[in-house]
Amino acid sequence: MNRRTMGKTLLGLAGAAAVALSVGVASAQEKMKVGFVYVGPISDHGYSYQHDQGRLAVEKALGDKVTTTYVENVPEGADAERVIEQLAASGHKLIFTTSFGFMNPTLKVAQRYPDVKFEHATGYKRSANVATYSARFYEGRTVIGAIVGKMTKSNIIGYVGSFPIPEVVSGINAFTIALREQNPKAEVRVVWVNSWYDPGKEAEAAKALIDQGADVIVQHTDSPAPIQTAQDRGLWSVGQSSDMTRFGPKSHLTAIVDDWNGYYIDRVKAVLDGSWKSVDTWGGFKDKMLFLAPYNPAIPADVVALADQIKADIMSGKRHSFQGPVKDQSGKVVIPEGKSATDEQILKMDWYVEGVQGKVPK
Amino acid sequence: MSAELALIGPILAAMFAAATPLLFAALGETVVEKSGVLNLGVEGMMLMGAVCGFAITVKTGSAPLGLLVAAGAGAAMGALFGVLTLLLLANQVATGLALTLFGVGLSALIGQGFVGIPLEGLPKLNIPGLTDLPVIGQALFGQDLLVYLGVLAVPLVHLFLYRTRAGLVLRAVGENHHAAHALGYKVIRIRFLAVMFGGAMSGLGGAFLSMDYTPMWAENMTSGRGWIALALVVFATWKPVRVMLGAWLFGGVTIAQLHVQGMGIAIPSQLLSMLPYLATVLVLVLISRDVARIRLNAPACLGKLFHPDS
Repeated sequence: MNRRTMGKTLLGLAGAAAVALSVGVASAQEKMKVGFVYVGPISDHGYSYQHDQGRLAVEKALGDKVTTTYVENVPEGADAERVIEQLAASGHKLIFTTSFGFMNPTLKVAQRYPDVKFEHATGYKRSANVATYSARFYEGRTVIGAIVGKMTKSNIIGYVGSFPIPEVVSGINAFTIALREQNPKAEVRVVWVNSWYDPGKEAEAAKALIDQGADVIVQHTDSPAPIQTAQDRGLWSVGQSSDMTRFGPKSHLTAIVDDWNGYYIDRVKAVLDGSWKSVDTWGGFKDKMLFLAPYNPAIPADVVALADQIKADIMSGKRHSFQGPVKDQSGKVVIPEGKSATDEQILKMDWYVEGVQGKVPK
Repeated sequence: MSAELALIGPILAAMFAAATPLLFAALGETVVEKSGVLNLGVEGMMLMGAVCGFAITVKTGSAPLGLLVAAGAGAAMGALFGVLTLLLLANQVATGLALTLFGVGLSALIGQGFVGIPLEGLPKLNIPGLTDLPVIGQALFGQDLLVYLGVLAVPLVHLFLYRTRAGLVLRAVGENHHAAHALGYKVIRIRFLAVMFGGAMSGLGGAFLSMDYTPMWAENMTSGRGWIALALVVFATWKPVRVMLGAWLFGGVTIAQLHVQGMGIAIPSQLLSMLPYLATVLVLVLISRDVARIRLNAPACLGKLFHPDS
């Protein structure tokens, strides 16, 4: 499922020419050039913004050894190939392509430039000079599940989903397991809006869930509209992608935020010292690939302590988001006691755990 | 069952709000098309209204000024379309599509500095006693002020089109521009005004989204509502009251399907997302299946270019 293509295709028609102009040219001679390709505008304060924060961190940490270039608003598809090719042709030695839909264009260009290293986010295809990386977003959902379990009064949680893909479904499950550990009576109601970014629809979904009795709204879509709706009704909410506090200071409990800074610095260093290899990195809290936005001051101290403990346990490996026994909706044990879900199980998750209402749309 | 019944009030309340952006844009387009012009740029005009209204409100703190500028921005986009199609005789379909592309890009450019800025929504109506009535209270007496403005525009547009001399002239221009021209009516001027009115209404529809419904600016935030408004006009056979019913129906099914999902009823969500479109098309096709009547309502010169000397 491509993340942020919606509406970008149109811009792409006019964008092809402009792209050529927007590629900045690095000046210093011996410095290594590192390129970044974003699917959205860096002003989205969400997905692409977080990737650009990573680029800035690279500049800050290694500015004496590298220069960076970025191209934003690149549509997924043929235009992406041209952009990536141009970065490779203009002397960039390491190129990060940050959206799922850049997978095939990245591989194609990589074939033509064997001495350039490529890093593709959220994909699954690798080659000698293409590595992949992603974050274990579900770990964050375990922590917020515990917080929400302590904060809900109506025991109905409204969950605004984007698309029923494994990334989102595993998030719902991780959330629900932790939620019911704290509060066995709580249930999760999911509404899919079939979009990553449609503020109007996300707000409507949040309203519908609230009208059905939900007193906490959790989202796996990118606009702050659900936060605004929850704030409007005087209820709690949890943000996604970036800290959304300013859209609902009285409502925003916390948010799951992507953090690529450390990873980008490490990978640039690896190319500099020649230790770079094509690997698949799937990092979580431990690898600092995600973190939680500052907790709302209204969360009681014992709940904050609980959340911090769970996070620490995940980091130390003492706890797994899908630790057996995990039952599906029919009560069947899918992950037996003493085991936890394998990465493959998580990457292919298309079923709900006990406590989620409804069925995963197929 | 009572839990489900208790939801009727909230569903109704949400329905009127969800229908409002469509209602504004579709009413404006009705007047445009009745004058014989087909403007497919509704989406672009809505986005321009949305971004300009939001930006002005953030900068000045005045929501009424924001709305005014939103209407003005939409009207300016309409005027641009008018210059190209009415004065320079460019193809209306191609120009309308280009207007949407232009609006998407320009609004994104203008809005660059306004992404991620929160804004207070517009005030809601609150009449003690009435707003607290069960079931209908919130739906009828607790909406945002723009929702009422949208509904109020329906009889006004209807009266204008069918009960005033100006409306009669506008329809005449849409039916037969050569005859209207021969009678001494300024075809181009009338159409120009209609197109600007349509733009202003689209701008207001967009501003409702960015200033009230979800008070924020995001690129492409209308997400196709302009296209739905265009379709509504045709399926409602260019009649303002039917446009309103179509918008409510669309809004109602949109909200109802979200509730069905929330209750966990096992219908695929993709199918449910499709339902508003399906239901609206179906119902409007059924109520307007009389082909002769459609012909009677469709402006005969819709989309045709007019040159005074031809």
